[in-house]
Amino acid sequence: MNTNTPALALHEVRKQFGATQIIHGVNLVIAAGERHAIIGPNGAGKSTLFNLISGRFPVSSGRISLRGHDITGCTPFQINRLGLARSFQVTNIFHRMSVFENIRCATLWSLGYGYSFWHRVGALRDVRERSEQVMEHIGLARRRDISAGVLTYAEQRALEIGITIAGDAPVILLDEPTAGMSRTEAAQAMALIQRVTQGRTLLMVEHDMSVVFGLADRISVLVYGECIASGTPAEIRANAAVQEAYLGSLHPQTEAT
Amino acid sequence: MNTTLRYRPLNLGRWLLWGTTALIFVLAPLFSDASFALTLLSQMGILIIFSLSYNMLLGQSGMLSFGHAVYSGLGAYIAVHALNFIGKGTLHFPVSLLPLIGGCAGLVFGSIFGYVTTKKSGTTFAMISLGIGEMVFACVLMFPGFFGGEGGITTNRVVGSAVLGVTYGPAIQVYYLIAAWAFICMIAMFALTQTPLGRMANAVRDNPERAEFIGYNTQRVRYIQLMLSAFFAGVAGSLSCINYEIVSAENVSAIRSGGVLIATFIGGVGLFFGPILGAILFTLFAIALSSFTKAWLLYLGLFFLLMVLYAPGGVAWLVAIQLPVLRARRLTDLLWPYSLAILAAAVCVIGLVGSVEMLYHAALESGGDRHIQWFGLNVDVRTPTPWLVTSALLLCGGLATRYAMQFVQRRWDTIQLALRQVAT
Repeated sequence: MNTNTPALALHEVRKQFGATQIIHGVNLVIAAGERHAIIGPNGAGKSTLFNLISGRFPVSSGRISLRGHDITGCTPFQINRLGLARSFQVTNIFHRMSVFENIRCATLWSLGYGYSFWHRVGALRDVRERSEQVMEHIGLARRRDISAGVLTYAEQRALEIGITIAGDAPVILLDEPTAGMSRTEAAQAMALIQRVTQGRTLLMVEHDMSVVFGLADRISVLVYGECIASGTPAEIRANAAVQEAYLGSLHPQTEAT
Repeated sequence: MNTTLRYRPLNLGRWLLWGTTALIFVLAPLFSDASFALTLLSQMGILIIFSLSYNMLLGQSGMLSFGHAVYSGLGAYIAVHALNFIGKGTLHFPVSLLPLIGGCAGLVFGSIFGYVTTKKSGTTFAMISLGIGEMVFACVLMFPGFFGGEGGITTNRVVGSAVLGVTYGPAIQVYYLIAAWAFICMIAMFALTQTPLGRMANAVRDNPERAEFIGYNTQRVRYIQLMLSAFFAGVAGSLSCINYEIVSAENVSAIRSGGVLIATFIGGVGLFFGPILGAILFTLFAIALSSFTKAWLLYLGLFFLLMVLYAPGGVAWLVAIQLPVLRARRLTDLLWPYSLAILAAAVCVIGLVGSVEMLYHAALESGGDRHIQWFGLNVDVRTPTPWLVTSALLLCGGLATRYAMQFVQRRWDTIQLALRQVAT
């Protein structure tokens, strides 16, 4: 891939549900290899923006391109095949399958097995090795045969990330990966994210400011469906408009960490 | 590390399981030389294939179809015409491989109708499958030239050149043909569950949205799964064509579609071998019980109702949940509560069956004879005594069953708690 091609580019993206406009023309360019966080108050449209990028909802207008491909109007599976994988804010895993099965399913398409009904999945060496490697990464190797539905919350969040990275997509979207976690769990999750997104482009929505400022190369601030600022963590901290709209409430928190 | 050690006994178990299954297929007809037993076994073999193919949709992919008989029925129609062509000498094809023709016909119809039905999942899929079932049934009656109208199309299976003396004249030869196909189809359908498509069918069933985000077109997964399932349905249809030497509109009817749904559900949709048990039970109800009583359909309906209410995982699930208890050597603790529950339920069933049989007798056969012979007992249905007795049995049995089940439940909970403590 040409290094100048942005991993993800949004141009004047708008979304309305009925008469309500949620996203008011967002422009965003994310360079390849960058770790980018989107922050903003509740209801700012962060999750909606993720849903637009990943193809869960169609955009009302505007264009989105992924590594040079125009993905506006594409379905989630088409976007995934072009190299974008995402996680969900509300844990979205295969509850009735084992941890191993969850990860294994997520590797199948990227390893080229598609809809095959002539391969025995248990005999596919590359699938097994990749799955075991991912389980090792997310620290669930010892929970391999446990049904995903009975994992602890933090483990399910880890599995959520595992499913997202298993397909080896170069662009990863994480929607509030530490939502509902304790301080220690969030710190562990942050280390995990740091580890597994090595060499990839990461776009994440996150509320935990210690995670955001500890992890992101660049930060964008979304308020009422508009991107009011974009820059390095230092620039965002110093930005008056951001402080006005959002950071005021957060200053004590960031100083505490 | 110890993976090889862990897998070896599992594979041995699998070989044993398939070996035993094959042995049962081979030996089953030797236990009874009555032609009735052979009819029963042949029917079971056909229904095993049909319900396993149905479970490729319901259990494995979460598609509730009300029109699966379309594929077996149309497969049977194509097979019956092929068989007649073989009879006329215009087609040279071994009768033993006729199910391949029916299967391919099922595949073709699956690819046509499935393209429409699998566009949607859930309730919409169920509705469209029902609609297509009704449409095909209407078409079958509309074109008597090809489908033979109400009477259907008859055929003769003893055609073509006999291979190694196998003519398919005697019923035993037909049984072994069905058994061989049933065994092959069982292995094939089990193997399919172990492929990328089979695993993704489960994923699409559990969480279609997530499946889309890991690169899979859920519609395509459902479509391919349905086509493969229709192939096996077509195989089952062809075998019924060979077995009965007639194919009629009934083969594509909603009754057939409902029958396979009931059989599969009773057996259990969650486990691969569930539909096999279901097919065996359903055939026992439909053929064995129907030769004893006119009320068999009522009993089947009641049984189905009870299963849906109290054991939605089917008979297979009831068996499967005993295995951990058995492995922990705690099944003996349940012996006593189980015996009590079975005894109580038996009393209840005797009361129920007595009442129902007398009711049927009084309503349908009251013409002349008002007596029923029960195990040497001469019962007059016009007198109140037998009614009182059966009602009392039903009531007491019912109450006793309730208490016995509570007893079972308490013991069960204690054992489960103990097992969980051991695990952690």
